[in-house]
Amino acid sequence: MPAMTMIQALRSAMDLMLARDDNVVIYGQDVGYFGGVFRVTEGLQAKYGRSRVFDAPISEGGIVGSAIGMGAYGLRPVVEVQFADYFYPAYDQIVSEAARLRYRSAGDFFAPITIRMPCGGGIYGGQTHSQSPEVLFTHVCGLRTVMPSNPRDAKGLLIASIENDDPVIFLEPKRLYNGPFDGHHDQPLVPWSQHPLGEVPEGYYTVPLESATVFRPGSALTAITYGTMVFVCEAAARETGIDVEIIDLRSLWPLDLPTLVASVKKTGRCAIVHEATRTSGFGAELTALVQEHCFYHLEAPIERVAGWDTPYPHAQEWAYFPGPARVGAAFRRVMED
Amino acid sequence: MSQGASPLRLHVPEPTGRPGHETDFSYLHLSRAGEVRRPPVEAVPADTSDLAYTLVRVLDEQGRAVGPWVPEADAALLRRGLVAMMKTRIFDARMLIAQRQKKISFYMQCLGEEAIATGHALALVQGDMCFPTYRQQGLLLARDDVPMVDMICELMSNERDPLKGRQLPVCYSMKRAGFFSISGNLATQFIQAVGWGMASAIKGDTRIASAWIGDGATAESDFHTALTFAHVYRAPVILNVVNNQWAISTFQAIAGGEATTFAARGVGCGIASLRVDGNDFLAVLAASRWAAERARGNLGPTLIEWITYRAGAHSTSDDPSRYRPADDWQHFPLGDPIARLAQHLRGIGAWSEEEHQKTQSELEAQVSAAMKEAERYGSLADGHLFGPAAMFEDVYQTMPPHLQEQRRQLSQFQKG
Repeated sequence: MPAMTMIQALRSAMDLMLARDDNVVIYGQDVGYFGGVFRVTEGLQAKYGRSRVFDAPISEGGIVGSAIGMGAYGLRPVVEVQFADYFYPAYDQIVSEAARLRYRSAGDFFAPITIRMPCGGGIYGGQTHSQSPEVLFTHVCGLRTVMPSNPRDAKGLLIASIENDDPVIFLEPKRLYNGPFDGHHDQPLVPWSQHPLGEVPEGYYTVPLESATVFRPGSALTAITYGTMVFVCEAAARETGIDVEIIDLRSLWPLDLPTLVASVKKTGRCAIVHEATRTSGFGAELTALVQEHCFYHLEAPIERVAGWDTPYPHAQEWAYFPGPARVGAAFRRVMED
Repeated sequence: MSQGASPLRLHVPEPTGRPGHETDFSYLHLSRAGEVRRPPVEAVPADTSDLAYTLVRVLDEQGRAVGPWVPEADAALLRRGLVAMMKTRIFDARMLIAQRQKKISFYMQCLGEEAIATGHALALVQGDMCFPTYRQQGLLLARDDVPMVDMICELMSNERDPLKGRQLPVCYSMKRAGFFSISGNLATQFIQAVGWGMASAIKGDTRIASAWIGDGATAESDFHTALTFAHVYRAPVILNVVNNQWAISTFQAIAGGEATTFAARGVGCGIASLRVDGNDFLAVLAASRWAAERARGNLGPTLIEWITYRAGAHSTSDDPSRYRPADDWQHFPLGDPIARLAQHLRGIGAWSEEEHQKTQSELEAQVSAAMKEAERYGSLADGHLFGPAAMFEDVYQTMPPHLQEQRRQLSQFQKG
């Protein structure tokens, strides 16, 4: 199996879907000729032509709104918002239109669209190149919200998302584009070619939506997480010596509840870890679900490790980002309770 | 404050007419019937600048069809248009009564605007897709293949409601009739229409899209995204702005209409634009055909500002006498679209007062019969509606476990 970065894996997914399905079209800001500011769509316009892969005006509402119209026609648009921090002008189209179209028309129309957005911090991106807005999508009925943590899942999940007839918000942690990142920013980047999850099948395969994975089996504590924090949790487990079972959600909502519940019932302890700000973050929903479904198995309060309730700062990046030390401290607290 | 400068003042536009004060309609800048040129459909957008500030009209004061925009339309087609307009007005009037009788919870008329949607419908072909607002019921009522019963069932949210009781009355969806699902969120459909047109072009199809928006909603950002995308990708779409002078209580000047036109926005974005008498059925038909021909010929989008007047209340929840003169419509210089087309048809010997009365009675009977039939399937008021289990369907293509669980919880709760 060839080694691919997450960028190459995502590109491979779109390449394959462009070839398999004439109704797949790809567009967004700088996505066409230039191949995207992160190179995710590089070469696709040259291969499939400007009517399948093209540049768009700088208008997130226009990009998503036109994609909904294309979806209603029968196409399967895969559109890009350059940074998740810039989806806000499209929020009306996402919430009021894409998410509701099937429901309000009783299935007469629907929006089989995928909206890709690079998200997350850890890159000195400051306030508008670092955000993790997933909860603004998980709260919206009718949307699917997905976030891969590695090249193999990225390709399989993106293919599954494109094929899915529901609107999918596909969040790509840009800190993981070129290699896994465990929060040790002072250490050199390990490329995906040196990680087993960088081995990506060349052909068609899917990672089903609504399926979480046990990223690291363990017996002492369950860490529920996704995206970059999967690797941070792995480092924290290693460094604390606690036998943490790490669940990578992959699909944030709708999610794979049985996998979470089985793990927490087994370990009796749970920490929830995400980069996004804490209050009303997606961790609150996960905490509530674990509490509802695992109350009699819990031996300690559920811990949440998250970004602070502040905008994402520039200079204070590593005091903000929940790194392995902060996550490890939380793991210890859960074990001590 | 710098020396010698006078204090700045905020300008807040006001309509000339308020309750008790007559409106001065001179702001409309009307052209005489037949006066405005008809450019070839190949016209480049910049060459339509004059058309964005004048008014395409066909019917003169005597009901004669004059000038370069007289459409090729035989009497049979025009009679069909007149009947569609009358049907729309009668349907509206009947549904207004039904709302007052509490048979339906809410309604919105298009009184005075009937020519625009019905005339436009006749310029489109099967397969084209309209992205309407809540005031284009004429697009459906102009079609013989759309049963009024289906529409009334939606209004009554009853057991036969095609939308299973999920939508407010008036928010129809009818894909087979080229009528996109209506959303409460203003302007959103305008850019979606452009996307639909782009899709048709991507697939090498021949179908076109027709987008709809009111004067007030042009202030929404999606109006601007639609114009930009339509222009950039030369999308096969007709961008219809229905300027009925009012957005609920706000006069069109507060939407940005003062000393300019909405058609001019199109030219500014590089889109061929027309400003058309929306109460002149022949002008509606001709301009719609011109725009459709451009779109179908890969010549790009067209923006049409339809000048009309919202003769009725904004909705059944609105009382216009609180913000405009009660007799405003009687003074509106473009009159009543039904009266004007009827006058024209009488003038060419294709209509008579007797026919008008007879048609009126027949249509009233048709609407009443449809209402009776729809009432057989129940209403929101009498509780004959889709069961609550249907509430959980269609959120996603297949019902995820959390919704299955919530449906089970509701069912258990209702069983007690």
